[in-house]
Amino acid sequence: MKLETYAENTWCPGCSNFGILTALKETIFSLIAEGIPKENIVIVSEIGCGSKIIDYLNLNSFSSLHGRPIISAEGIKLGNPNLKLIVCAGDGGIYNEGIAHLIHAAKRNSDITVLVHNNRTFALTTGQFTATSPRGFKGKSTPEGSVEQPINPLKLVLASNGTFIARGYALKPSHLKDLIIKAVKHPGFSFVDILQPCISFFDTTSFYNQRVYEMKEKDLDSQKEALKKIEEWDYSENNDSKKIPIGIFYKVQKPTYEKQLLRTE
Amino acid sequence: MKKDFSILIGGAAGMGSRKAGLVIAKLFSGLGYRIFIYDDYQSLIRGGHNFSQIRASNEKVLSHRKKIDFLLALDELTIKKHQADLDKEGIIIYNSDKISIKDKKTVGIAVETIVKKAGGIPIMGNTAFVAGFAKIIGIDWKALKKLLKKEFKKSQELNLKVARKAFDNAKSLIKIKKIDQLPLPLLTGNEALSLGAVKAGLDFYTAYPMTPATGILHYLSGHKKEFNIAVAQLENEVGIVNAAIGAAYAGAKTMVGTSGGGFALMTEGFSLAAQSEIPLVVVESQRAAPATGVPTYTGQGDLLFALTAGHGDILRFVIAPGDAEEACFWSGKILNLSWQYQTPSILLIDKEISESTFSFDNNILNEIKDGKPLFWNKEGKYFRYKKTKSGISPLAFPGEKNVICKSNSYEHDEFGITVEDEESVEEMQNKRLRKFQEMRKEVEKLKAVNVYGKKTAKKAIIAWGSTKGPAKEVAEKLGVKMIQPVILEPFPEKQMKQALKGVEKIVLIETNSSAQLGKLLNCYGIKADKEILKYNARPFLPEEIEEKL
Repeated sequence: MKLETYAENTWCPGCSNFGILTALKETIFSLIAEGIPKENIVIVSEIGCGSKIIDYLNLNSFSSLHGRPIISAEGIKLGNPNLKLIVCAGDGGIYNEGIAHLIHAAKRNSDITVLVHNNRTFALTTGQFTATSPRGFKGKSTPEGSVEQPINPLKLVLASNGTFIARGYALKPSHLKDLIIKAVKHPGFSFVDILQPCISFFDTTSFYNQRVYEMKEKDLDSQKEALKKIEEWDYSENNDSKKIPIGIFYKVQKPTYEKQLLRTE
Repeated sequence: MKKDFSILIGGAAGMGSRKAGLVIAKLFSGLGYRIFIYDDYQSLIRGGHNFSQIRASNEKVLSHRKKIDFLLALDELTIKKHQADLDKEGIIIYNSDKISIKDKKTVGIAVETIVKKAGGIPIMGNTAFVAGFAKIIGIDWKALKKLLKKEFKKSQELNLKVARKAFDNAKSLIKIKKIDQLPLPLLTGNEALSLGAVKAGLDFYTAYPMTPATGILHYLSGHKKEFNIAVAQLENEVGIVNAAIGAAYAGAKTMVGTSGGGFALMTEGFSLAAQSEIPLVVVESQRAAPATGVPTYTGQGDLLFALTAGHGDILRFVIAPGDAEEACFWSGKILNLSWQYQTPSILLIDKEISESTFSFDNNILNEIKDGKPLFWNKEGKYFRYKKTKSGISPLAFPGEKNVICKSNSYEHDEFGITVEDEESVEEMQNKRLRKFQEMRKEVEKLKAVNVYGKKTAKKAIIAWGSTKGPAKEVAEKLGVKMIQPVILEPFPEKQMKQALKGVEKIVLIETNSSAQLGKLLNCYGIKADKEILKYNARPFLPEEIEEKL
């Protein structure tokens, strides 16, 4: 089976999105091998470099508007609950433009998977700061450096009662693949923030390579323990940032939104 | 004896004037009268002044009128505000335990005393009031009891006891005659349009609460099992429209409802539906705007907005029904049209249609079909945006075997892959334009323009949406022509020109300040000789139109 399309890939040579594409393809093969029909998989994206991924996958796909892929995916799931929804979106879309949808999808435990290609900059518009850019980020809109502190999206999703919270690293595609498989299999709202260096506008490769480590996953049902691990790194970019854990931070099972809403008696 | 009654019941919010008014309307309806109820309420929960104005007539009526035959006052403010409109034969009926008045043709009902004597609780005051009024207008006890039993499932015995006491205490002043026609159910426009959409195969309704469209959300939520549909309230209107488009992509016939402010937020999604060719029906129930405006009152200020909403060159249907039955028929029709042409569309109504109550003839439902759009024939490879002669690409949905369904908000090729080259971009827009030509043809096949009154008259009133009601009534009374364009986009140019044949003078009537339909008509070379515009957030009354004509 071929997952490629005829579309020309327009990512920069060496872009870390290739790592995510590799991990996602392997995930899809693995899901199909386990019996999930290919036609039931839908990739939902928005606007931005990472979102171009749907053109490179020979799968059902829905290109939404900037910031709206989560709520689009929720609508698709309500329209046909048998479908497997995987959202591929950027930090600009999910944490800036569409942050309300992230919070509400987590709150209602919608049975979809959200993968955030978090390069911590608006890359396709040539490098402005996003909600996860570090304070002091220098871009064309903030030549003297952003004055805003970044948000920690994992903390936000935890506070919103998301039921599967993880972080991956685009340059560790094998680890990422395992994370995505677990996320897709999780019944309920699964969220993976993927650190994704942008080699053109915000190259964080060596910063991450020095700090990223695969954490031991334990006490996954404890919000308190999850918070402790989530707070090991606050998305700032200074020398105080020592370690960046990747892996699953939190995982609990709760009834999904769609099962409850579409309940037929 | 005349057979056209106007009853106004008013009180502070929380006193239950709306419910009491509805019960009174049902008394008349049970006697074969045709009903229209205008509900006037403020954006508050307690206090202020709310009233329902009921019209009961032997003929179909679509608006209330200024003159009042029975003024029912639950408080003193109601008398102060409305007694100037009392007909010279009119009667004021009031709660004599709370108000004292002299010098008028008045009848007091000692509401609290009756309730106390019957062993009831204060909330049963309206039962006493309604029962007293029923006796005054000569309704017999049997009919009243039957209705009250239906209306009060809780504390039924006690309510009946209170009603009997009030009934026995009052004196009949007149005898309302029975009309020899079958009673019709009473429905709000919101309920009627919900039924139409369900009949046309609605699968999913999603909305964020916003007056005056909220009634649709409440009605469909309350009946979702019976109708076998899903209903969801989501985080905001941006979410609503995008979820609706997602659901339709997955194959669910979906509708959303809101007012102007909510629709303003939905416009990005409206544009997405057009570009990705996904059916989307938006019920836009106008209220008096701009911005928050006068939120619980009416207006027709969103027509030009509906015609142009969304960025980019967009195809759409805009349909403006003029009463509950039309709202029912056209909500079903627009759902089918939206799916047939895979295009966004707007059912444009207003508070006057949404929340007013009408005698509703169920037969209209027989004219609505659960339409089948153009489906893929399952041969060869599936192309979501296949370039066809009609511009309509066959539909398939994710989850179907051998289908890869790629929907795209970017410009795209036939398969759904993003494109930017000039040739592809122009070709895809041409495909959508071919679809628009088909939509134009379709509109001329439908009854897109209604004509009422004296068909040969040289003078014509043009009115749209809820203004149809009072305009039609006046046209029929004065012997002029009345023209109501129902489909406003694509504009039914041929039918409109046909309707205007022989007309020498055009009077345009709208509840907005800039004659928005007038501007649309100008695009087709039609110019009004006179404009009658009203923009105080209240609907037109027949008397006002008659005077200004």
